[in-house]
Amino acid sequence: MFYREAGDFKTSYTDDSQTFPIKFDRYRYYVVLAVAFGIIPFIINDYWANALLLPFLIYAIAAIGLNILVGYCGQVSLGTGGFMAVGAYACYKLMTAFPDVSMFIHVLLAGGITAVVGVLFGLPSLRIKGFYLAVATLAAQFFLVWLFNRVPWFYNYSASGQINAPERDVFGIIITGPNAPAWATYLFCLIFLALCAVLARNLTRGTTGRTWMAIRDMDIAAEIIGVNPLKAKLTAFAVSSFFVGIAGALFFAVYLGAVEVGEVFGIQKSFLVLFMVIIGGLGSIFGSFAGAAFLVLLPVVLKVVGVDVLGWPTDIVAHLQLVIVGALIVMFLILEPHGLAQLWRVAKEKLRLWPFPH
Amino acid sequence: MPEQLVFAMEVILNGLMAGVLYALVALGFVLIYKASGIFNYAQGVMALFAAMTLVGIMNGQVPFAHLINATFGTHIHYFGWNVPALVAILLTMAVMVVLAWAVQRFVMRHLVGQEPIILFMATIGLAYFLEGVADLMWGSEIKTLDVGLPQGINLWLDEATFNIFGYGFFIDNLDIVATVIAALLVAALVMFSQYTKQGRAMRAVADDHQAALSVGISLNFIWIMVWSVAGFVALVAGIMWGTKSGVQFSLSLIALKALPVLMLGGFTSIPGAIVGGLIIGVGEKLFEFSIGPLVGGATENWFAYVLALIFLVFRPQGLFGEKIIERV
Repeated sequence: MFYREAGDFKTSYTDDSQTFPIKFDRYRYYVVLAVAFGIIPFIINDYWANALLLPFLIYAIAAIGLNILVGYCGQVSLGTGGFMAVGAYACYKLMTAFPDVSMFIHVLLAGGITAVVGVLFGLPSLRIKGFYLAVATLAAQFFLVWLFNRVPWFYNYSASGQINAPERDVFGIIITGPNAPAWATYLFCLIFLALCAVLARNLTRGTTGRTWMAIRDMDIAAEIIGVNPLKAKLTAFAVSSFFVGIAGALFFAVYLGAVEVGEVFGIQKSFLVLFMVIIGGLGSIFGSFAGAAFLVLLPVVLKVVGVDVLGWPTDIVAHLQLVIVGALIVMFLILEPHGLAQLWRVAKEKLRLWPFPH
Repeated sequence: MPEQLVFAMEVILNGLMAGVLYALVALGFVLIYKASGIFNYAQGVMALFAAMTLVGIMNGQVPFAHLINATFGTHIHYFGWNVPALVAILLTMAVMVVLAWAVQRFVMRHLVGQEPIILFMATIGLAYFLEGVADLMWGSEIKTLDVGLPQGINLWLDEATFNIFGYGFFIDNLDIVATVIAALLVAALVMFSQYTKQGRAMRAVADDHQAALSVGISLNFIWIMVWSVAGFVALVAGIMWGTKSGVQFSLSLIALKALPVLMLGGFTSIPGAIVGGLIIGVGEKLFEFSIGPLVGGATENWFAYVLALIFLVFRPQGLFGEKIIERV
């Protein structure tokens, strides 16, 4: 009834090529933005921000980044945790070296540095494909974590080997450190997420995105029709790492505040983000959001149900969570390899005809 | 003989022994990959699962005790008997066969014909699932595993090397046993795939699924068999690693260590897995010995991956892998 293009006439090319061509879609998008920017900051409290909203926003950025690489360009990466660590440590070094510069610039620069590192580790992708590449990215994961653990310069020679985010502000509002108000940290992450999502959406439907998808679908054929694989793969690595780096910087500076690299950015993190991308849907921006929301919500819901309602010990719930996540991954791959995004697409298809399906 | 050289020799020997253990895990990967084209990430967790099941059966633990206690408010933990190691190993083997059947029936059968990367991710999901199940079944605390394998320094080698070099090598008895068992296992696998009917069928399936089907080989049966054999290899690897460093979560991470071994050796080659394992084992120990102290140590965490990465840039199919031919 609501979701349909009938009667939604376009009179110019600009109208026709806008991000959300269907009116309902567009309004829904504006409503979501309005709620996210205009309502939630006023009702947010520390629990909601730290348990759900901040991890969701930050993982969504990371998932968009990984989705560009895996879903759009077809280069499987298991090094997300390592690249997030690069973002975090770059942000830390910048924050401590230039205390007066705005956090916005620090986070963006951290993303840029991660992009450079990502391109470096993406270089072998020109020779190595498929599984071999997936394993090769493990080299990035383990090497980077080791590097940040062992070279004291990265953690400013602190005795514990941890990095702690000092208090920094944007336009006088404290963003990092223990005194940062929940709404400020939330808005800060949300702005980055919104920018990243718009950027990713527009990149993936333009020339760049099409070359990525050509490489994904068949790289040799793409090369023959004139796609430059060097450029396509390396831009995918760069853009993906840029997003992942931003996510890492936010994860450290805004969300956690203190980080021990092996614990926070280990191989588990790489898998977690990869699962978000798979469950959400490979090759879909919306899917990245859905996957991140799902895997952030799942442990919280399980904990509430298992520990608070049923009264089980936390370790059993933690193990059950592994079982459920594992089973869900397998189920999604069997039943719906394109993830939550495909369910959403199917639902939209149905809504288009509803209530007269013929 | 200069001291450094003697030390280096000891390091190399120890590296070879460690390499054998990597190769054991890598073998399981190669078997499944050859027969079904599935890159089984869960191999390491299978080793963990097998080792935990073995310990659980030997100690007479009640499976899912924690869950049962939490749900029904009971306090059961042990049946109160101990099972001899050999019987327990056989029982664990049976469990692994059931597991192989379940994996084939509920997961892989539904994914036939999917892209390899989807299959790979399915096995990552399987790894999570199995890890959770193993923890739920047997509890997640670190367990010691003792099936009666000899452990500790090998005195004979210590003495022999002392007489030659004036410095006794430290070689663990367990490593020597592991090497012997690995050699036997490889020999048995080669015999099995060359001289038995099922083994030949397995190779036929590895060669060409459709051709194998058309001469009357049951793919279903072969795949269950391959997963069982991989489960057996996982059990052996689990026993070795479990005896060496206790049965705990980190056991499943040796799967990650087996990946560079495979990349070096090539995914499709059994000798490749062995040679790759030895190269990685010796390489990382030597690197840690020579360069490690200069850069802060613990280089073993990443050396294998970086070595494999650099190697692959020059030879993308690994040492012994089949040449990759790409067509449009």
